[in-house]
Amino acid sequence: MSQAEAVRQTPAARTPSMMWTFGLFRNEVLTTFRRWRTLALLGVLAAVPILVGIAVKVETGDGSSAGPGGGGPAFISQITNNGLFLVFTALAATLPFFLPMAIGVIAGDAIAGEAGTGTLRYLLVAPAGRSRLLLTKYATVMTFCLVATLVVAVSALSVGALLFPLGDLTTISGTRISFADGLGRALLIALVVAASLIGMAALGLFVSTLTNSGIAAMATTVGLLITVQILDQIPQLHALQPYFFSHYWLSFADLMRDPVYWDDLTKNLGLQALYAAVFGAAAWARFTTKDITT
Amino acid sequence: MAPFASDDSTTATDADELRAARRRKAARYVVPVAVVGVAAATIGLVPALADSGDPDLPKISAQELIEKIAASDVQQLSGTVKITTDLGLPDLGGLENSLASGMESGDGGSSADPSSKLTELVTGTHTLRVAADGPDKQKLSLLENAAEYSVIHNGKDVWGYDSKSNEVYHSTAPDGAAAGKERKEQDVPATPKDLAEEALKSVDDTTSVTVDGTAQVAGRDAYRLVIKPKDSGSTVGQITVAVDSKTGLPLKFTLTPASGGAAVVDAGFTQVGFGKPAASTFDFTPPKGAKVSEGKDREGADVEKGPRHDPAGAKPEEDLGKELDGLKVIGKGWNSIATFDTGGQGMPSGSEAGGDLGGFLGSLGDKVKGDFGSGTVFSTRLVNALMTDDGKVYVGAVTKDALVKAADAGK
Repeated sequence: MSQAEAVRQTPAARTPSMMWTFGLFRNEVLTTFRRWRTLALLGVLAAVPILVGIAVKVETGDGSSAGPGGGGPAFISQITNNGLFLVFTALAATLPFFLPMAIGVIAGDAIAGEAGTGTLRYLLVAPAGRSRLLLTKYATVMTFCLVATLVVAVSALSVGALLFPLGDLTTISGTRISFADGLGRALLIALVVAASLIGMAALGLFVSTLTNSGIAAMATTVGLLITVQILDQIPQLHALQPYFFSHYWLSFADLMRDPVYWDDLTKNLGLQALYAAVFGAAAWARFTTKDITT
Repeated sequence: MAPFASDDSTTATDADELRAARRRKAARYVVPVAVVGVAAATIGLVPALADSGDPDLPKISAQELIEKIAASDVQQLSGTVKITTDLGLPDLGGLENSLASGMESGDGGSSADPSSKLTELVTGTHTLRVAADGPDKQKLSLLENAAEYSVIHNGKDVWGYDSKSNEVYHSTAPDGAAAGKERKEQDVPATPKDLAEEALKSVDDTTSVTVDGTAQVAGRDAYRLVIKPKDSGSTVGQITVAVDSKTGLPLKFTLTPASGGAAVVDAGFTQVGFGKPAASTFDFTPPKGAKVSEGKDREGADVEKGPRHDPAGAKPEEDLGKELDGLKVIGKGWNSIATFDTGGQGMPSGSEAGGDLGGFLGSLGDKVKGDFGSGTVFSTRLVNALMTDDGKVYVGAVTKDALVKAADAGK
């Protein structure tokens, strides 16, 4: 009987305190964010708004407006008038691919990476319990979702403030709101974007429990993301599309309407919760019953 | 390494434990499956349970209901309208868009010009938001992906704002309310009320109007008014208007073709409130850096753009008359057919033109022959058009046979 199995078989033997769980979580977060890989991913995410900002600045240097005819990512034509719009443009530009790819890497690596390097069984030797470890891993991935989104938003806000004027802004419905209100909406949008990635994170974590190879789990998760994004573009599949986790991602823009249009936003959050419940439960079923040999 | 696998001396008790462990393992997978099951049941059942059946309302005659619509004086309102149009036009996809944008630059219009923007409504499903506060303040917004197009009428000003391209269109309404109302009628009808008014205009002795039970629309009790052409020959099957039982406001408009199938036009409130919208809703100042184009004289602009409204078909046939010169209307009521002479050669048939274009146009229509000669019929689910080889055009919401008959008679 392996050590890990013994840990699972005797859950009543110890009752770790809340502080202990928090310690495990803090440990996981620090380990994740100290990795060069994580820092490189965050660096790439921070670079996107900088590139978009400079590109718009250069293009509109002669006074013309960006994105003639409304091309390019959402909100891009308003950036020159108000730097705050760079936050929305940057999130709209990173949400379809960069952000979920980063989540896929972190989530895919969460369990499979530990198994691959042979550290998983040592983690389980600690009196944590598998369910608790899985929850901690998921919490860590969600923390990364939030941090990654905030990195994009803060980088975009700094670049926007440096290159473009700030001030009262016009919502996409044509009404005006104050800059403070705009900042509040930007924060809300960042939170919604982070929440939009919860489903993807649960999916990645589930894939991660299926294999012992971190690379395989990351590739599968990112591959699934790309597949779903492509399927979401095929009109013949419109009956299925409302159930794709990425289908309502861009609904965060509805927060910039006045009054806010909640229909798609609530659908998005509900869908993310559903994915989190289904794949979280599947990951739990798999992880608590699988044999840890490495 | 499986649990207990290394234990060579497996006893009967161990085997039992092994089986129990396997069962426990399998039981865990029930959890995700159960979550999927509960979610599927919720998605499937909740709309069915929420549909509490048709409301009980006092009986009302069709005449009373029409009067109720006419007397309806809803001044303050805000709501969301979903409009789906399926005219069965050939799906040209991107080509259609590029043609439209070509026309755009051709007449120097702005993408924020209401008359060009609202024609987008003729295909697909769109979500609109409407808000009104008296005759001087109205707002209509077309919700797009991460963008919105709004037409705002506030007192003397009419603004069109396209957030995607950050372009603004501005024109003034000379004497406020009256002009605003007049203009509203000239635009493409978008709300159920506009559509219902257009439909009721065409009510005459060729039409049967009945009240057919009740329905629930946007959480409000409504009567269903059914308008049907009496004669055969029209492509219009029936028009159903759901009228709010309290305010008399049309809440839902559905036009089904005689050929059956999905509704050609289906426009209805998904959410509606009769409170006073916030005053800031109607305030508009062009954002800094937005390109503002001033509207020309509205009349001129409309005539110029008139022909582009034709494919809409959402307009009852009478309206076509206003927009084209030298146009005659044959027949009356639902079976009226508009006819005009292009004065040209007509549509080159595939063999004559020889080129790809001729073949392409020919493939969209059907060749027909009659006493009038020969021509090509272009059909959609609602409007059919016959273009004869000598350049005459017959258009109407009538069947192909009726068009040929009209052409024969006109010869």
